Amino acid sequence: MQRLKLFLPLLVFALLAAVFFGVERRVQTGDYAPTDLPSALIDKPLPDFVEPALSDGRPINKSQIVGEIFLLNVWATWCPTCHFEHPFLLKLAAEGVKIVSIDYKDDADAAKRWLAEKGDPYFLTLFDEDGSLGLDLGVTGAPETYLVDAAGVVRFRYQGALEKKVWDKEFAPRIAGLNAKDSDQ
Amino acid sequence: MKALLLSCILALFSIAAAAVIETYQFDTPLQQQRYHAFIEELRCPKCQNQNLSGSDSAISKDLRRQLHSMIMDGKSDIEITQYMVARYGDFILYRPRFSSQTAVLWLMPIGLLLLGSLVWWRMASSRKRVQLPVDEALSQSDQERLRALLDDDDNAERVEERS
Repeated sequence: MQRLKLFLPLLVFALLAAVFFGVERRVQTGDYAPTDLPSALIDKPLPDFVEPALSDGRPINKSQIVGEIFLLNVWATWCPTCHFEHPFLLKLAAEGVKIVSIDYKDDADAAKRWLAEKGDPYFLTLFDEDGSLGLDLGVTGAPETYLVDAAGVVRFRYQGALEKKVWDKEFAPRIAGLNAKDSDQ
Repeated sequence: MKALLLSCILALFSIAAAAVIETYQFDTPLQQQRYHAFIEELRCPKCQNQNLSGSDSAISKDLRRQLHSMIMDGKSDIEITQYMVARYGDFILYRPRFSSQTAVLWLMPIGLLLLGSLVWWRMASSRKRVQLPVDEALSQSDQERLRALLDDDDNAERVEERS
């Protein structure tokens, strides 16, 4: 018994090594991102707002965009990752996904040029010049994408670029779930 | 030596110099005090471990601006904390409130302390048990062996003296 006690440190080491290895694996496969901050808005209604549209500056409020499941995408022209994710957003829009966007702390002319040149996947773009709407949403940077259900409740928030892998894993099952629940009622 | 000491002391001040310098106007010293207390206690949501006062990220700037305007609007400390937590969750508080999610954070040190003292107590008490009784009388054969060894030593010393 006394002999076996000598192996205790080794056992602790092996256990810790296994835990760290497991976490590291999950980081590598993208299952776990330690820098991601859980959104405080999950399962809470989208905050009320009145924000100008990027295109013509008319004020838009929450009731004008809520009503069906949609994505709320936070982007800006100064954000390199947003360039990367843009083609995928165009593809989603072509598939019929409703995407509302927030142009976050950006230059209006540059943003308009961006949409004109690269294509506009958005149902509507809100222009959040000072980041106040971003603050209300708990945005920490761009890009971020919120999944909002038909009742205007935030169901999921993703920090980082949307791409097919993320979409298939995180968004598609949740949207399917929400659709199934809606058809039940 | 004096120069070295002086440079060491100066190096201590460079930390303060690294903090963000922004000029916000306050009406009263209390408002300013509250502002500084908040930027020390609130954590930058974009950074992993920096408070608002030490972070130069865009979101920290926004939060500092928001904090300043809330203080100037006469919002209470509780209102400001609630505002921040509603948007960024418990993460933003360097001293998170006690809840089911933060229970591990708060209770872990106490648990580890208890575990440590338990281990220490067990080790201390087992050491006491292991200690052998020292003043036990030697057996007949041990006595003889001891005497033989001592005699040996005596003989050896005598041999050394003679040579």
